[in-house]
Amino acid sequence: MKTFNIYITGVGGQGIGLLSQTLLRAIDYAGIQAIAVDTHGLAQRGGVVVSRIRCGEAVHSPLIMKKSANLVLGMEIHEAMRGLVTAGKEGGTLVFLDVSWQPLPVRLGQNKEITSEDILDACQTTGIIPIKVDLGRLKDSRMQNMALLGTIAGRKLIPGTEPHHFFHALEDLLAGRVLTENKRLFTEYMSG
Amino acid sequence: MKKLGDILMENEPFEEILMGNEAIVRAMVETGTKVVTSYPGSPTPEIATAINSIPEEKRPFYFEFSVNEKVAGEVAFGAAVNGNLSCVFFKSVGLNVALDTVVQFSLMNIIGGIVIVVGDDPGANSSQNEQDNRNIYQMARLTVFEPASPKEAYIYYKHAAEFAKKEQTAAVLRLTTHVCHAREKIGFDRFNPPPLFRSDFNRDNGPYIPLTSMALEMKGEAIRKLKQAQRFARTKQLNTILSSDTNQGLGIITSGLTYLSVLDVLETTQTRPDILKLGMINPLDEKILIDFLSSHKQVLILEELDNILELQIKSLAFDNGINTSIIGKVDDDDFIGEYTPDKTLKKLGATWPDLGLNPADEDTELFDVPARPAQMCPGCGHRSAFFAIKKALSASDITIADIGCHTLGFLPPYNIGEILMCMGASTGMASGLALENSKRVVAFLGDSTFFHAGLPGIINAVFNRHDVTLIVMENGTTAMTGHQDHAGKSISIEGLLNGLGIEQVLSCDTYSQEKLTDLVRQSMEHKGLSVVIARHPCMLKFTRAQRKKTGYVQKHISIDQEACTQTHACVEQFGCPSFIRNKDGRIDINLDLCIGDGSCRPSCPEQAIGFDREEK
Repeated sequence: MKTFNIYITGVGGQGIGLLSQTLLRAIDYAGIQAIAVDTHGLAQRGGVVVSRIRCGEAVHSPLIMKKSANLVLGMEIHEAMRGLVTAGKEGGTLVFLDVSWQPLPVRLGQNKEITSEDILDACQTTGIIPIKVDLGRLKDSRMQNMALLGTIAGRKLIPGTEPHHFFHALEDLLAGRVLTENKRLFTEYMSG
Repeated sequence: MKKLGDILMENEPFEEILMGNEAIVRAMVETGTKVVTSYPGSPTPEIATAINSIPEEKRPFYFEFSVNEKVAGEVAFGAAVNGNLSCVFFKSVGLNVALDTVVQFSLMNIIGGIVIVVGDDPGANSSQNEQDNRNIYQMARLTVFEPASPKEAYIYYKHAAEFAKKEQTAAVLRLTTHVCHAREKIGFDRFNPPPLFRSDFNRDNGPYIPLTSMALEMKGEAIRKLKQAQRFARTKQLNTILSSDTNQGLGIITSGLTYLSVLDVLETTQTRPDILKLGMINPLDEKILIDFLSSHKQVLILEELDNILELQIKSLAFDNGINTSIIGKVDDDDFIGEYTPDKTLKKLGATWPDLGLNPADEDTELFDVPARPAQMCPGCGHRSAFFAIKKALSASDITIADIGCHTLGFLPPYNIGEILMCMGASTGMASGLALENSKRVVAFLGDSTFFHAGLPGIINAVFNRHDVTLIVMENGTTAMTGHQDHAGKSISIEGLLNGLGIEQVLSCDTYSQEKLTDLVRQSMEHKGLSVVIARHPCMLKFTRAQRKKTGYVQKHISIDQEACTQTHACVEQFGCPSFIRNKDGRIDINLDLCIGDGSCRPSCPEQAIGFDREEK
C-alpha cells in the first residue's frame, strides 16, 4: 500500500494509548504493514501525548516528517491545532474532538483559548479536511477515544481497514464489561 | 483479551505486536537470563512493566528494583560471577551513577555474562541532558550492540547475551527513546525450559581483585575480548551493506534509528547512496569499514549526538592511506538533537544538493498555539506543598531543586527551585551555597531520590554542620517514571533522619497547609541542617487504586459563583489544571480532571470552593 501516516495527539488521561494500539492492531489485521511510536513526557495527567502510526511497505522510521500526516487525530482542541499545523499534510484529514483541557498560559490569562472555529479556519488555510466528532451523546469522557475510533472506521479514513478489523483489535486489548461498552460506543459512532 | 504476561511466556514460536521495551523481555526469557535488576527511568521503565506482567511464580528469572543503578549493576554482577546470565537496565544518565562499577566489568571474568541495557535519550525527551553514552564504552572496553527497531532490539539482546556468555564478559544493548517505545509485529522463537539457578562462584575463575599489577593483566584480557567482538560481529553479520545501482560513488555509514531515517529520506531520491549499517558500534569492524571507504568516492557519516564513529573512521582511513572524502559533523547543530527523518533530510540535502532533496519550509507560525508545559497532576501533594512553602519564603531565599515530579515547582505559578543538577544533588549544592551566605538556602529532595543518591549529601551536611533547610517531598513512590516501589516501603525516612542525629526533623501532610508553612518557617530559623518531611501520597496512584474499589463515589469540587469575586487565586497561585478560566473571568471546573480532593479550598480568600458529589 502507498505510505499512509497517522498522527494522534491529545493529553495524558484521554486514552490515547488505547486508541493508538487499537488502530495499529486493526491496520495489522487488515494485512497492512505498520509501525508505531508514542512520545510522552512524564507520567502525569494533562501532559502532551503524541502517537504516530505509519503504514505501507516503503515505511522505515516510526517518526513522521513535518506536514506529511494523511490523517491527524486530535483528542484535545489545543493539541489538535498543534498537530494540524506541524504534522497535517495538504489534502489530508483532521478528525477532532471539541474538548478543551486548558494549557497553563490559557489558565493564567496569557493566551486565548483555541476554539472549534479556529480549527476550521486553520483547516481552510492549510487545505486539510476537518471532521468534528459530535460528542453530544457521550457522557463518559474516558470513552471519547471510541467516538473518534468509530468515526474513523465508519468513514473508512484508513484505506484497507474494515469494521471487523477494529473489532478484532478491541478484543485483543479489552475484556468483559469494558470491552462490551467500548464496542457498543464504537458501533454507535461508526454508524454515524 | 491478550495478556502481555501470557504472550511473553508462550512456548511455541509466535508473532505479536510489541513495543521495543517489551520485546526485550521476551529475549530475556528465551536466553535464560536468570537475574534482572534496574532503577526506573525513561525510556526504559516499560521493560519493568513487561517483566511485572508475568506473575512472579511463572517468571523464569529474579527481578528487583535496586536502590540505584550502581547497586543494580553490582547485584547483576554478583549473580553473574555465580554463573547466572544477568541483565541490568536503566536510563542514559543512570550510567553515570553506575559507572564506578560498570567500568570494572571488562576487567572481570564474568562466567555467567551480563547484558547492560542502556536507554539513551537523544532530544532529552525525559532527561536532564542528551548525553551520548557511546563516549563511555571505549573507555570501559565494552562491546555494544545497537538495534534500529523493536525487532532488532529483540534479536540484538539475544546476540549480546550469547556474546557475554561466550566471552564471560559484559555487553551493552544500546537503545534510544524511539526504539524503546516503537511498536511493530515481531516473530519470536521457541521458549525452551530455563536453566537452573547457578551458584558456581570460585575465585579461581578470576582474578577478581584488580590491584597493583593484576589490574594491568586484567586490562590485557579486556582488550583480547574486544577483538573477539569484531569476529562475533562478522559471524552474525551485524554490520551490513545495503547496495544500490544508483549510488554514484556515494556511501553513508550510520546506525540505530538514524538508519531508518536515512531509508525514509532516500525513498524519494533517484540517486541512492550505498549504506553501511553498523549493528555493533563498539568495537568497530575495521575490515568492513576499510572495504566500504575504499569502494566509494565520498562517504557521509550520519550519527546522532557526538562524532564517535567519525573520529574513529577518519583515523582508520588515515592509517590505511584511503583518500575517500569523508564527511561528518559540519556545524554545531549536527551535535544536537535526534536525527529524525526531518533532520536527516536536511543534512543529506545540504551535503549532496544533487539528490534533489527539498526540506519542508521552516515552521511558519501561522497560528498561535499556546504551549502546554508539564504540570503536576490534580490533587498532587507537591502543589499543596509549594503553595504552603511559598508563604514561608522571602524573595531573597535560594531554592534548590532535585529530580522528580517536584522539579516542576520551578514553573509558574510557584517558581520554586532555581538550580537543578542530577539525582540527589540538591543538599550538596545547597551546602556549598550556604557557606558565608547571608541568604537562606532551601533544598528539595524526592523520596525515591533520597535513597538513590540523596543520603550522602545529607550525611555530609550533618558531618560538616552545613546550615541548610531540606524539604523531603515524600509521596511514597517513584512517581515520575510510573509508580515503581522504592526502599521507603521498608525503611522510614523520618526514622533514618532521626537516626543520623539531625537535631530538627519535622513532618506533616502537605494538605495541612498552614502547618506546613509554620514548619518551614521554624526549620529556616534553625541553625544547621533542619529537615521538613512534606508528605502526601501520589494522588495519581492513589486515585487509580480508589477507582478500582466497589462503591467508590467520584467527588468533585464546585465553585459557588455568587461567593466568587474572581480574585483568581485558585487558578493563578494554586494553579491546579482542573480550573477552567472562561473569557468573562468566571472560573469553572474540568470534571474530567478534578479528583475532588479539595486541596485547592484553602487557596480561595472568599471560601467559594466547595464539594459537589456525583455518582460514578
